[in-house]
Amino acid sequence: MPYARKHFLDLKSLEANEIHYILNTATKMKYILSSCKGKSSPKLQGKTVATLYFEESSRSKFAFEIAAQNLSAKVVHLTTSTQFNRGESLKDIGKNIDQMGVDFIVIRHPIAGGPHHLSQYVKASVINAGDGRNENPSQALIDLLTILETKKKFKGLNVSIIGDIMHNRVARSNIYALLKLGAKVSIAGPPTLIPRGLENMKVNVYYTISEALIDADVVMTLKIQSERQENNLLPSLNEYKRLYKLDNDRLKYAKEDVIVMHPGPINRGIEISSDVIDGESSIINRQLINGIAVRMALLDLLSEGGVKTL
Amino acid sequence: MKRLLIKNGTIVTHDKTIYNMDILIENGKIFDIDTNITLENCNIIDAKNMLIIPGLVDMHCDIGEPGFEYKENLITAGNSAAKGGFTSITCNPNTLPVIDNKTVVEYILSRSKSDCIVNVYPYGSMTKECLGIELAEIAEMQIAGVVAISDGDKAIQDNAVAYKIFRYASMFDLPVITHCEDKSISNNSGVNGGYISTFLGLKSAPKSAETIMLTRNILLAMEFNVPLHITHVSTGESVRLIRLAKKNGAVITAETSPQYFILDEKNVLNYNTMAKFNPPLRKKEDIEEIIKGIKDGTIDVISSDHQPNTIDSKRLEYDLASFGIPSFETAFPLAYTYLVDKGFITLETLIDRMSTKPAQILGINKGKITVGLDADLVIFNPDLSTTIHSKEFLSKAKYSIFNDTEVSGCIVNTIINGKSV
Repeated sequence: MPYARKHFLDLKSLEANEIHYILNTATKMKYILSSCKGKSSPKLQGKTVATLYFEESSRSKFAFEIAAQNLSAKVVHLTTSTQFNRGESLKDIGKNIDQMGVDFIVIRHPIAGGPHHLSQYVKASVINAGDGRNENPSQALIDLLTILETKKKFKGLNVSIIGDIMHNRVARSNIYALLKLGAKVSIAGPPTLIPRGLENMKVNVYYTISEALIDADVVMTLKIQSERQENNLLPSLNEYKRLYKLDNDRLKYAKEDVIVMHPGPINRGIEISSDVIDGESSIINRQLINGIAVRMALLDLLSEGGVKTL
Repeated sequence: MKRLLIKNGTIVTHDKTIYNMDILIENGKIFDIDTNITLENCNIIDAKNMLIIPGLVDMHCDIGEPGFEYKENLITAGNSAAKGGFTSITCNPNTLPVIDNKTVVEYILSRSKSDCIVNVYPYGSMTKECLGIELAEIAEMQIAGVVAISDGDKAIQDNAVAYKIFRYASMFDLPVITHCEDKSISNNSGVNGGYISTFLGLKSAPKSAETIMLTRNILLAMEFNVPLHITHVSTGESVRLIRLAKKNGAVITAETSPQYFILDEKNVLNYNTMAKFNPPLRKKEDIEEIIKGIKDGTIDVISSDHQPNTIDSKRLEYDLASFGIPSFETAFPLAYTYLVDKGFITLETLIDRMSTKPAQILGINKGKITVGLDADLVIFNPDLSTTIHSKEFLSKAKYSIFNDTEVSGCIVNTIINGKSV
């Protein structure tokens, strides 16, 4: 089944075959990237992509803009945090952009559901590049593509996610997608950094890292930020390290061919030890090229599914 | 001499139902209640097959005037309330300026005499500007006419301030009305803590944000023997705590509103801002316990929790959207449909919770149908189903999560001080 939606807002509402379809398309885009002259395709010629970031970003925004340019679209961009001081509503901002003839709006918004809200009012296709603590679905697709490339399947895989799930929207997107795709998801972290109710989603929730790592095929460690300590969610980074740092000793609980991923940026020696990052299981550095391919796939599919041709 | 005769109605009050009665109203008061009153030269309302109930008394509503007239003013609030069967309403003190001194009380009382078709009873703020810091002039406001003091949905966070308020209030015979919310836990959120908030990626207001504050207020009320009234109870745990406190002799009363016994947290899915309330919608088991509380009298009052915000404030990202809905016109039909029609309570009990008990708590002579009392009556047709159309609201706010909901029964006529409006 093709991806026939107008917007790309989250992974939790997608079906497994839709996710597969996007990942297949991304694989084709990788082919364009590696074999076509100038790494480009004329697919989105005449189309305009607006990236609208209400939060700072470097990698994600670059990846979307490069992806759009690779497909020959025009790109306009805005990073601002002034929406809330100027009092203009997201609805009105969206309508303005719409009237300028933009075909895609890539939006990063500090409030969960912001992109969903925008999508109700615009003709353009809305792509969620991260909303509050909710989801960062395109970033998760990169992880999923990497898993698929190394493990060739999702069904039956044991995926362990370690760390601050509360504040990590990529992890949340990954959880929703992995469950749909038939993987088993185990998470471990201190209770103050684990959102309530995850058990109801058939996620195995552990407070000790070794339990979550048993027989893991894939391990994702998440960045731990020092402000978590300031907000009293953690007593200290030292205690966190003692309980949850992924090192080679703990990794022995996992399967021998386990792969270790990290969405970055990495705090070496805090959530993950250098010997793991630089070790055989790590595929952390392979993930970045997939970032362009995934975003190209999304723009390509949305241009077929929802956006009216001129 | 203005006279109005209501013929052949069934009178239902909090404790009894009497069939086929006539009510004669003279000079705004109930003059006579009897079978077959015959009288010439007066207006007659035929109430055959209709129920005549005491006018409803609303203990929890935002009026908007003064300061927020763009949301609601005394004219529209009165019309909206009357359409919903409320003949007496109160004013939360969170106006601009705040009702924290006698001048604002006098202003509202005098404006409501000229502008508002229903009886208006203002609440005074416990603290200056509703800031939860300095005590307001409670005695001055009581003399000017407030019927209760309230925190205006802005719970007093500082225990020392709350302690002093309860201590100070112990010299008045005024109910102390509190919204129970520990702001350090509630995240200013409009969604319950748990699966749904996680699924939506929203910060949440867990139940403990309500129950912790509730417990503190109960303890202070017991310590100083102050009549405490708890507004919009949303959790099952709160109901159980209130039940226990009452059993232990606390002089407290409690209130909930239709959304808390009809809707659960799933209504927030898809970032539905119409379902954004403070406190937030909870779970099925909370709804069950709240209904149990209404039934056994743990919850004394059902209020409308009318919050007439602008529609633009609802069409925002979930975290930015305003709380609440306009609900004068839906509260009674919804309560009748979801409590009486479904067989949880009798109409008599509902009248107690929406008219007699609130009047008793506020110390106003309303909520009954007795000779000599003000003729505040509602004529209600229990056999006519209607559909809620929020576009037709008389409130300035014309939206509702209950839009298109079918409800049993229909308010045919509201009579306030003897006048059919």
